[in-house]
Order: sequence, then structure tokens, then C-alpha cells
Amino acid sequence: MATIQQQQQRRDRIRLALLLTPGLLWLLLFFALPLVIIFVYSFMTNDALGRVVYEPTLNNYITIFTQSLYVNAYWRSIWTSVLTTVICLLIGYPLAVFIARSPQQWRMPLLMLILIPFWTNFLVRIYAWQIILANNGIINGFLEMIGVGRLTLLNTEGATLVGLIYGELPFMVLPLYAAIDRFDFTLMEAAADLGANKVQAFLRIMLPMTMPGIVAGSVLVFIPTLGQFVVSELLGGAKVDYLGNLIQRLFLRANPINWPLGSAMAVLMMLVLLVLIMMYFRVTSEEER
Amino acid sequence: MIKTAPATTASARIRGAFSEGRLTWSGLALTGFSILVYLFLYAPIVILVLFSFTRDEFGVRWTGFTFDWYIRLFNNPRMMGAAWNTLVVATVSTIVSTIIGTLLAMAMERYRFRGRNAMEGLIYLPIVVPEIVMAVALLAFSAIVFDVIKMVTGETLRRNLTTVTIGHIAFSISFVVVVVRTSLKNFDRRLEEAAADLGADSWQTFWRITFPLILPGIIGGALLAFTLSLDDFIISLFLSGPGTSLLPVEVYNRVRRAVTPEINAISTLMLILSMALVALSQLLQRRR
Amino acid sequence: MSDSIAIELRDVVKRFGDVVAVDHVNLQIRDGEFFSMLGPSGCGKTSTLRMIAGFELPTAGSILIHGREMGLTPPHLRPVNTVFQSYALFPHMTVAQNVAFGLEMRKVPKAEIARQVKEALELVRLSGLEERRPRQLSGGQQQRVALARALVNHPEVLLLDEPLGALDQKLRKEMQLELKSLQARVGITFVFVTHDQEEALTMSDRIAVMNKGKLLQVGTPTEIYERPNCRFVADFIGETNFIDGVVIGRDGNYTVLETPEGLRFRGLATRPLSDGTQVTYSIRPEKVRLLAPNGELPPNGLAGTVMTVNYIGSDTRITVRINDRRTIDIWEQNTRSTLDRDEYWQPGEAAVIVCPPDNALVLSE
Repeated sequence: MATIQQQQQRRDRIRLALLLTPGLLWLLLFFALPLVIIFVYSFMTNDALGRVVYEPTLNNYITIFTQSLYVNAYWRSIWTSVLTTVICLLIGYPLAVFIARSPQQWRMPLLMLILIPFWTNFLVRIYAWQIILANNGIINGFLEMIGVGRLTLLNTEGATLVGLIYGELPFMVLPLYAAIDRFDFTLMEAAADLGANKVQAFLRIMLPMTMPGIVAGSVLVFIPTLGQFVVSELLGGAKVDYLGNLIQRLFLRANPINWPLGSAMAVLMMLVLLVLIMMYFRVTSEEER
Repeated sequence: MIKTAPATTASARIRGAFSEGRLTWSGLALTGFSILVYLFLYAPIVILVLFSFTRDEFGVRWTGFTFDWYIRLFNNPRMMGAAWNTLVVATVSTIVSTIIGTLLAMAMERYRFRGRNAMEGLIYLPIVVPEIVMAVALLAFSAIVFDVIKMVTGETLRRNLTTVTIGHIAFSISFVVVVVRTSLKNFDRRLEEAAADLGADSWQTFWRITFPLILPGIIGGALLAFTLSLDDFIISLFLSGPGTSLLPVEVYNRVRRAVTPEINAISTLMLILSMALVALSQLLQRRR
Repeated sequence: MSDSIAIELRDVVKRFGDVVAVDHVNLQIRDGEFFSMLGPSGCGKTSTLRMIAGFELPTAGSILIHGREMGLTPPHLRPVNTVFQSYALFPHMTVAQNVAFGLEMRKVPKAEIARQVKEALELVRLSGLEERRPRQLSGGQQQRVALARALVNHPEVLLLDEPLGALDQKLRKEMQLELKSLQARVGITFVFVTHDQEEALTMSDRIAVMNKGKLLQVGTPTEIYERPNCRFVADFIGETNFIDGVVIGRDGNYTVLETPEGLRFRGLATRPLSDGTQVTYSIRPEKVRLLAPNGELPPNGLAGTVMTVNYIGSDTRITVRINDRRTIDIWEQNTRSTLDRDEYWQPGEAAVIVCPPDNALVLSE
């Protein structure tokens, strides 16, 4: 009897191995190992031709912490990501409430309408804003017509922000909708019945109960925004450097290219992300209590 | 009062059950706000499509209707080549990542094993790591691999469509796993017991019961992988080599130099392709 | 009904981690009988059924089907079929495909499958719905498909896991009768798991009552109701008055117990009990009689005061207080209309209750 059981167990193990191995190998080889490599690179040196020299050093990190170019890029990226996240939340929350409170048969179409622009190429969506904000574009045409005159809209940090919000809004709305759709709105009536005004009811009941959606949406928006470089290049005019722009330049276009320094920036970015997300979870879970 | 009445009923109908049919100023404000957000989402896309037909050579003003930009696009071998490359990469990446991802999802959903939590982390990490980090890491990795190959065989390799495809698969796997796992979770395990009870062995049970029922999830995962690959720009930029450009990279290079309606035209075509994919996935979902 | 044994459980134990789901169960189910396993949720009845079907393997002990040791035989090789709790119909197949599935697995020729599927659907009165999908059917129809899908394979034993649980009350009653007559027609042994005591009493030839993994009593519905062998069975099936006390002796066939406050009751004990044993006296409310006091207490009588009188249609339920700490429930059948019966019991009235010892039980533990 035991042997049949052992046979069964062995067959199960073989099956599991067949299921796991391809994915495990692929992710280790083409995801985990590359991350280890840039971690190692971040402690290496660069020669004048842009080749990696295997001499351990902390210079890359020292450079990042001491040169204002890099320090500023970190602050700018963090600040812009926070701003983008908050604005997406402020726009996304009422929108998600609107969808969740619509008649049942309208909800899915309304949600799909949010998703459709998101299914078009990211670059195309950013490019569309170039057309709108261009000096001789639509908005300026309109402003000229009503006599305000042309404004510089494109190649500003404002344009970058608009592009980021436009690109990330769906990532905020979807988890928010999921959370708000689950929320039982009779609880708001119960709160009102117990003497809470609308603001109190929202802050004490609805906000804590929809917090998981807020957290998920914020994280989903924050992560890609922190590493972006296309929006600031195409809409911001590459006038100021964000983290992503510097990393891209160090890896692809600088003369000479400097992969160790770029790797150190990438590693630090992951670290910043980790710390900020942990802080965020700490704060929001207190809110929930 | 009387004048506003029809508008009231109309918007009440729009908002339906909101506040149990009671019309409130906050409800109206919410509706208005939401309409504005939808406009914000759609205006750029409408304008983009519209201006792919403008005569204006900067593509930012309406100066009359023309098909010229589409014709020029189809006669542009660079763009067409990039479009073809993009489709090839997306197809291969979808097939590989769907197979690997489905197998992984089965393992994670059906088995308990040592190191399962670590595996869970490894699967979800690519979703939360910023794409640029993954891109530079893969770039550095490919450079090392090429150096090693050169040392061993003396052959000089360059980044090409294969490197891009490998990268796309690496991040698509995770998304496929998420989607397929959801349908495995929703799958009622008692159906498998019922099949076994009726005399089906585990192979028959899988192909007759489990597979057909999680197939919509697998197709959903595949469509997501396809779209992610089509949509990807960052990894494509870092991992594609000279002469093997992908469409988003080509668009990026063009846009950095100047805006032309040719870009609008290619964007419109990409938009239509994406929409068709979404429609297809919705259709498949409905057929369930 | 033959006397051969369809299913035998020998000292079966099932543990899930630290939890003992089935605790040393010995059981024989006869060929052709309608056998129910009854108990509250988590009592081990479903685990037992799943072990017979082969979805779970016993931690210890053995299961025999028609004398054949099942051991590690996987479900698809066992000569039993199951009707699942919420039917587990294959949603991507039509009714006919669902019913045909088991036959296909056994490589029955196509023409034969078609004939048998037709027959099975006729048996459960579903002819004409062959091409429907399960979700296009009502709950009752789905239930019948599940039955046909299992019965078409002519299993040696049919296992039913709370198959009526999802139906509404009225449909449930209908299906109970239908299942019973179906079983009589096909002559297959049915093992029926339920937590509904009324359902078990209505349908079964024999019932096994389980609690906390243990098999407490096996018997006909009458035996289970009239002669429960422990407090749990008496409590779980029907309603009953319980009075705790200590055995103080015997009186002919009866065992006598005394409560702490000195009241004495007499009843039948299921096994000999020595003096001083802690016991529970149990008498069903419909077995207690209520009389008007006439000065003298009859044998087995107690004086009390009527507290509440609740008319519920077929019965009137009366609660009588016999001292500061005890009340007794009495159900009187309304054999004639209580309308215009001013003389009927009123709260506060003095009354005498009589507990016939032939209808009372003395239960240990």
C-alpha cells in the first residue's frame, strides 16, 4: 500500500516539476539574474570608452548623492510621481463612485470606456497630446480665436504632468471601482441615521472601507511614473531631467555611456520605491484602523 | 421649475438608481465631472484620428481632407518593416508566455510545495519592478552573454528581435499567470471530482473538463500578452538592435524629430488593431 | 431486498491534520437499501461519503464495496457514482453530453450511449431537454440531470451528498418522494447524506446518526426516533424534554432516577445502569399527557402550572412549570377545533402532567 502511495507522490512531483521548470528557468535567467547583474555593476567602474571595469567602488553612489544633477532628478521624479498619484486619486475616486452608482447594465460599458484609450499604444497617447498642446495646435488655435493669444503649453512641466495623469488614470480607476463596487452604500445611510453628516460618513465609513482600492491604485500609478522618461521627453521637451531620462542616457546615449552609474541609479530607484511603498502601507493601514 | 423638469428626468434616468432616484446637486455635479473626465480621455484620441486625414503637413491643424499620409505610410519600407517586426515579436512572445504562464498558474494553484512563497514573489516581481529597471538589467545581461559568446566562438552578436522577444516574454509571463490563476480559482474543483466519479482518469478529466472551462482565461491571458507586447516601448527601445526596429520605437524616433501626419496615420492603424483585439476578447468572454 | 452487504466500513478513521473527521467508524450498508447518514455539519458524514467515492483516502481502516477491498482505488475505477451537493454539472456540455460522459469514459458504443441516455432522461422525466445547457435549467431539473448522469452508469451504489439542499421547501418535498420511488424502481443501493432529520426520516430504510466523527446509532427511522441510544440522537431528531438526574434503582422493566430537587421519574434504559449513574431522562412532548387536577396525583403524575399556550394549527404547544427550575413541554394534537373551547388550558391554571414510562427513556451521557 505504501508503495502505491509513494508512486502517486512521485508522479505528482514529476508533474509539478514539468509545470514549474520552464517558468522558473525563464524568470531566473531573464529576470532575476539580470537584476543581480546591475546590482553588481552598480559597484563597478567605467573606462573612457564606456566599458565596465571590474574594480569594486562606491563612487557611483557617492556621485549620485553628491552631484545636484542626480539628487535633483530623484527629488523631481518622486515629487512628480506623488503629484500624479494624488491627482489621479482625486479624479479617479469620484469617477469610480459614479460608475459604481450607475444602473447595473451601464457599469460594464462605462468601465470599458475607461479601458479603451488604455488599450491603445502608450506612445500614441502621448503623441496625441503633442498635437493638442503644440504651439500651433488646437488649444492655442482656440485661445487665439477668443483673443487670449498663444501660450507656451508644450515642453513644460505642466504638459508632462498632464501626459502622466492621462496615461495612468485607468490604473487608478480600476482598483478603485473594484473596491467601491463592493462597498455597501446602505452603510452611508446607517451612518447618517446615527447622526454623521456626509463628510463624517465618508471619512469614517467609506474611505476606510475602500482603502484597499486606494492603496492598489496608488501603487499601480506610482511605480511606472517614477521610472518614466518618454513623457518628460516628448511633452516636457527634455528640459529638465527625471530619473528615467538620466538612466536612459547613461545606458544608451551618453558619451561615453556609463552602465555602472546607470545601474546604481536603477538600484537606488528600486530602493526608493520599496521604502516609499512600505511607508505608504504603514500610513494607510493605520487609517484603516 | 417646469422648464428644468425634462432635463431633470433625463439626467435622473442617466443616473438611475443614484440616491434611490432622488436628484441631488452632488449627484449632478458628479455626473458632470464624470462626463468631463470621459472627454479628457477621448479628446486626444479623436483628434489624433481626425488629423491623420488633414492636409496640414505638421498634422496639428485641419486644412482639408486627404488620404496621402496613409499612402505614404504604406510606401515607407522602414515603417512597414517595423510594423512587421512588431507583429512577429508579439506573436512569438504571446505563444511562449501563454504556454509557460499557464503551466506556472497550474503549478501555483494546484500544488503545495517547498519554496512556493518564493516562487510567488518571483512571479509577481516583474509586475512591480519599473520597466526601465528591467530594461537596463536585460540590456546589461545581453551584453555579458554576447561577450561570452564572442570569447567562446569568436562570433559577434548584436541585439535583435530575439533579445526583444525574450524580454517581452519575461514580463508577459507574470500577467498571464495572474489571469489564468483567476480562472483556475473560479473553476469548481468538484467538476473534476464529478468527472473522476464518472470514470474519467486524470488525463481525460483535464482535456474534457478542466481545459475547456479555463480556456477563456487562457485566451484572455494570451490577448493581454499580445497587447502588452504591442504596447511595450521601453524594453523594445533598450533591447532592439540597429535595423530591427519595432513600431513604437520607430514612432518615438520620428516624433522626437518632428510631428507629421504620417505618425497620426500609423497611430490610427495601431488604435484600430488594439480596438479589434479588445472587441475580440469581449466577444470570447461573452460566448462563455 | 437481499441480505448481502453493499458497503462495509471497517474501523475507518480520517484525519485532516489534527482534526479527526471520521473516528473509528464501523458500518454495513445492505444491498438495495435506502441508507441515510444524518448529522450536523462537520459531523463526518460527507467525509465518509467522499471516502466511499474515493475522493479521500482513509487514514486507517478499510472500505469494501460488495466485498472488494477498495484500498487506494482511484475514484474513476470505483463501481459507485455520486450526485454532488450542487450537482457539479459540466457547464460547457449539454444535458445529453453530461449524461453520456460516464458511458463515453467506459467506451460504450455510440448507438448504445444514445439509447441509454434517452432511457435515463426518461427515467428522470427530462425527455426533450437533451440539448439544453445546465444553466438553462431550473434547480429541480439540474438535480434530475445529476441523477440521470449518475444512474445511467448502473453503479453498484449511488452516493448522494445533500442533493436536495439547494432546492426550496416545496420542491424539496416533491423530490424526496420522487427519489424514494426512483430508488424502489431501479433497485440500486442509495447512500444519502443529509443534515435534515425530517428528510432522513421520510426517505430512509435505515439511518446512521453521526456527530463529531463518531457513528452514534444505526437503525430504522422508528428506532432512531423512538429509541435513541444517547442524548445527542434524542436531541438531534425531533424535540424532547430532558431532565438530568441520578439512577436510584429499578422498578420492573423501568429504571428510576431522581433529580437533585427530589423528583422521581421512570423510564426505559437502553442498557443496564448501576445506581448512582448520572443520566438524562428524555420524553417527547407529544408523549406527555396533561390532565386537570382532581385532588389525587395519578401514577407517574406531577403537579404543575400552565405557563404558556401556543396554538400552531395541528398542535397546541403548552409549557408547564413543575417547580422553580423546571418546565415541561407538552404537545397536544388538536383532534377537534379549539375555537369556542373556553375550557381549554389557560396560562396560570393548575394542571397535572403524566409521563408514561413506556414512552420515556433513561439515557446515559
